Amino acid sequence: MAADSALLLSLVEEYVSGLQDSKAKDTATAVKNGEFTVLQLVEALGLSLTSSQPHTRARGVQLLSEVLHECYGGLTEKEVEVLLVFYENRLKDHHVITPPVLQGLRALTKCTVLPPGSAVSMLRSLFQDVHVQSLMLTERAYVYNMLINLMAIREAELKGLGADFVFGFVQSMDGERDPRNLLLAFQIAKGIVLRGYDLGKFTEELFEVTSCYFPIDFSPPPNDPHGITREELILTLRDVLTGTPGFAEFLLPLIVEKLDSDVQSAKLDSLQTLTACVSQYEHKDLAEFLEGLWASLRREVFQTSSEKIESAGLAAVTAITSCLSRSVLNSDSEDSLNTFLELVLKDCKHHLCEPDLKLVWPSAKLLQAACSASFRASCVITAAIMPSLIEQYTNRAQCSQRRTLLEVVQKFLQSVKTCQTSESEDSVFVAFRPSLCSMVFSALTETNSSLQVTACSVLTSLAQQPGLLLDSDIELAVDHLTRLLLTEQDHTVSVAVVECAGALAELHPAAFISNFIPRLKTEMFSEPIDQDNNRAESEQLSHHAVRQRCLSALAAVSIKPSVVQESTPVLLQVLSAAHTGGFSVEEVVLACRSLQRIAEQVPDSEETGRCFHDVIIPRLLSLALQAALQGEDGNRSPLLEEAVLSSMVPIISTSCSRLQPTLALQTASRAVSLFLDGDVSFLPDNSFPSNIQLLKQHSWTQSQMVCLLVGCVCSLPRSMEVPRVDELLSALEEMSCSVLHPLSYTSAAKCLSGLLNKKPHGDSLDSRIHSTMKRVCSELDSSSSSVHTQAFTLMIWVAKALLLRYHPLFTTLTDKRFFSENSAKLVQGFNAAPQEKKPNFLKALSNIVNKLPKQVQLTELPALLSLLLEALSCPDLGVQLSTLSCLQPVLVDPPPSLIQQLEALIGRLLALTGSPDMEVRISSLRCIHAVSQFPEHEILPVRARVLRALARPLDDRKRLVRREAVHARNDW
Amino acid sequence: MSGGTTLENANPVIFQRSGERLLADTDADEDVHDPIDDREIFDILSINDPEHPLSLEELNVLEQVRVKVNDAESSVDVQFTPTIPHCSMATLIGLSIKVKLLRSLPERFKIDVSITPGTHASEEALNKQLADKERVAAALENSALLEVVNQCLTNKST
Repeated sequence: MAADSALLLSLVEEYVSGLQDSKAKDTATAVKNGEFTVLQLVEALGLSLTSSQPHTRARGVQLLSEVLHECYGGLTEKEVEVLLVFYENRLKDHHVITPPVLQGLRALTKCTVLPPGSAVSMLRSLFQDVHVQSLMLTERAYVYNMLINLMAIREAELKGLGADFVFGFVQSMDGERDPRNLLLAFQIAKGIVLRGYDLGKFTEELFEVTSCYFPIDFSPPPNDPHGITREELILTLRDVLTGTPGFAEFLLPLIVEKLDSDVQSAKLDSLQTLTACVSQYEHKDLAEFLEGLWASLRREVFQTSSEKIESAGLAAVTAITSCLSRSVLNSDSEDSLNTFLELVLKDCKHHLCEPDLKLVWPSAKLLQAACSASFRASCVITAAIMPSLIEQYTNRAQCSQRRTLLEVVQKFLQSVKTCQTSESEDSVFVAFRPSLCSMVFSALTETNSSLQVTACSVLTSLAQQPGLLLDSDIELAVDHLTRLLLTEQDHTVSVAVVECAGALAELHPAAFISNFIPRLKTEMFSEPIDQDNNRAESEQLSHHAVRQRCLSALAAVSIKPSVVQESTPVLLQVLSAAHTGGFSVEEVVLACRSLQRIAEQVPDSEETGRCFHDVIIPRLLSLALQAALQGEDGNRSPLLEEAVLSSMVPIISTSCSRLQPTLALQTASRAVSLFLDGDVSFLPDNSFPSNIQLLKQHSWTQSQMVCLLVGCVCSLPRSMEVPRVDELLSALEEMSCSVLHPLSYTSAAKCLSGLLNKKPHGDSLDSRIHSTMKRVCSELDSSSSSVHTQAFTLMIWVAKALLLRYHPLFTTLTDKRFFSENSAKLVQGFNAAPQEKKPNFLKALSNIVNKLPKQVQLTELPALLSLLLEALSCPDLGVQLSTLSCLQPVLVDPPPSLIQQLEALIGRLLALTGSPDMEVRISSLRCIHAVSQFPEHEILPVRARVLRALARPLDDRKRLVRREAVHARNDW
Repeated sequence: MSGGTTLENANPVIFQRSGERLLADTDADEDVHDPIDDREIFDILSINDPEHPLSLEELNVLEQVRVKVNDAESSVDVQFTPTIPHCSMATLIGLSIKVKLLRSLPERFKIDVSITPGTHASEEALNKQLADKERVAAALENSALLEVVNQCLTNKST
């Protein structure tokens, strides 16, 4: 014990008189370890605490505070009480002692065992004895932290202090300048406002002391170590200011004033603060400021200088409107929503009717912002606006004006949509239904294409208004859409029509089933009348275009299962009609695309799954098989074409991967037995011979069907196991190494590799790979083999399948490894090769370099530079292009070795600007452009030469080349 | 908007920029010869106004209809409209346009830059200055002036 106290005394001595700061830590550790108690420390400090020298006393208190800071958790309530009395007393002492005292008090406020009533007494003496703003930065932070701690654990006691607490805080933070402390102070203020402390008569004071920082204009110094951002300050201050309706009478005038500011960020902050605060307010808080706020908001939107401010202004209008709509009115107060909307209407409505439609968009946006806030507001505004818009439309004859008006109407439709609740309220537009419909339909009959496009999207919006359109309107709309689809040549219009039809069909499938689809069907299958040969060709063309549009429209409307049931048979009919020569290859491909799109967009349900797996896929397989069996003699069916077959594959693979896994498995096993056993029992109109052997065929018409097998088995979800996979693999391997038809052996190789890719790890996979590779090697090694290409294709696909089994990162690494292993050989080969073979090496090299990721390129290039420069003067266009494209990114950040070769580089690049190929000319000009950003002193010697040489491409015959030349020459 | 000097026309009317030129199918076709047309010259001339951070197109100083080019006869005629009738920057704008065209067009072209009739107080004197080859050459030897011109011609993006 004696030794302990001697140690303690020496620690104290060294800290207080010896001024060794590290001893505080040692003491704290000792206290924590239980070597001494805090009481013993106080006793040991006795002399220094009672010293007549203020600095000694300060040092003593500091030691105690530092220790407390570390060990506040272990204090008992009794100890805390004693320490508090001591510290409160010390606040009255000499001013040099105040900092350590505050530090100690802050440590004590973290104690959970703070005795009741102590928070109040602590704060009383703090507010009474300390003038916070004359303290240093860190001491002020102690005070704020104390407050924050106490507010967290002793809220009830602080509230008991009443308005005195608020007053004390206001006095403490008044004049604070450091952003770090401000952030703390704002947090305290936010707590006061949000947690319902009694502001008493100090509401205005609290507002003044915080709002004087609004709007925050602070930019952190570069390399700011404290990480205080402007956004953080803005958001915390906004929380304070918008926290209570009590601030409304002060805040709103302030916002109006700040909106006049020239500083963009101040405007933006004000608008956002306004939006935030009105969500807390009631109409009575807002009432007297409405006019001023509206005037400012209107000005900001009408004379907008930036989109951000405009949208912030519109958001504020919406927020104010919804605040006013929300409020419950007394019987005697006037409806301030009406007052506000009257203001808005008065200032905006007449702009919609001005002859030049100049301010029509800002006004419309303001009205729509108000409109979208509440159902009540949208009723008032649409009632006031729609009649005049509709009247305008009928009075204006110019298409562009009509289009503007239609667009405005559409924006209204959309803005109302956002505020409609789920209650079965009628759409606010019910009253205008007839005139809106006739407006849209008349626009659809106009000849102006942009008007038609706009009308289509308005029609979509109208249809999305719940319960607005009657069935008869929909029928009429479908009529119009069909007419436009069948007659309108303009591409943009037909795209809009197809889109609109898709949207409408989702909402009203019946009209499309009964009307739209049958009419498209008749139109597609009607034969073009070719009376005389002169007109035949153009009619053929337009008939083709009509069919094209019909096919894509059929895909677009097929979202609801009921529509799919009607539309897919039509598409299948197109395919079977193609058999007998009614449709061209291109049209058949489009029909397949439409089926694919439908497979991608339908909801995954039992019904649609059956439709695809039980009807469509068997039908596709059967059609393809029919075509294959017919063979190539006589009338060759379009279904034999590679383009058609490869567009069928995605239909099958999409439905296998997306729709109903169990049905997909069924499809896969059916397909497997079809291809392995010739089992045709599941195919419709079954008149096939029984001895079909698709995988052992040497007739290409049948062997190429293997590509459909790829779709059936390779797209199954991984969880599903492909039936009879080993049999299939053997057959495919045999096939891919024996048939001569390219599509057949490539598809077989693809299918094989797809299956390998799915196979789980294990011996069976290893042995399979092993045997396949053996087969490939033996074919490649035998010089007499006629299937070198086939074996090579198989190897490439298998390699790809194995590569994809691993992480994507792996592929980058392989690229890099491949490069580093091969580039040296290539350089060597290049140097050794005879002149006429050199281009081949360069081609290989520049292609490999092109595939490398940028970082690798940058590190590897210097070594290859001379070779690449050589490549630039190689006559092969492909080599030039790929070299230029890998040089360009390097030139943006040139390595020193490149700058040394500047002379040679420029010479070669300038020579290429005269190349016969425009791509080469363009890329070389881009490279030259990039060189202009090299260090000034390096390029100065060649400047005159480049400028002279660039004069020629300025007169190039191609505009795109001239554009690059202009850029390059101007920057040089 | 720093810089203490007062702007002559601080709040000009701003016009919409026309969009990017749409690529025609023939643009990629090696065998078709594209003649230099009005729009191409207009695109070259997206010059910054010395007073505003806006391009001349946005200020309506240049309009496509006032750019005339004849590729066969190798002549270009550009008329520009100062934002206000007593704009002191008109000479600088004219000079910038001229320099830009000199740098961007083949040498065979004869370049005429003038002020749209009736839009500037001292129209005639300015047109004379801009048409005078010697004066243009002399102006470009003044390094301070050249720097301002180059500043106008630097693209916003760079």
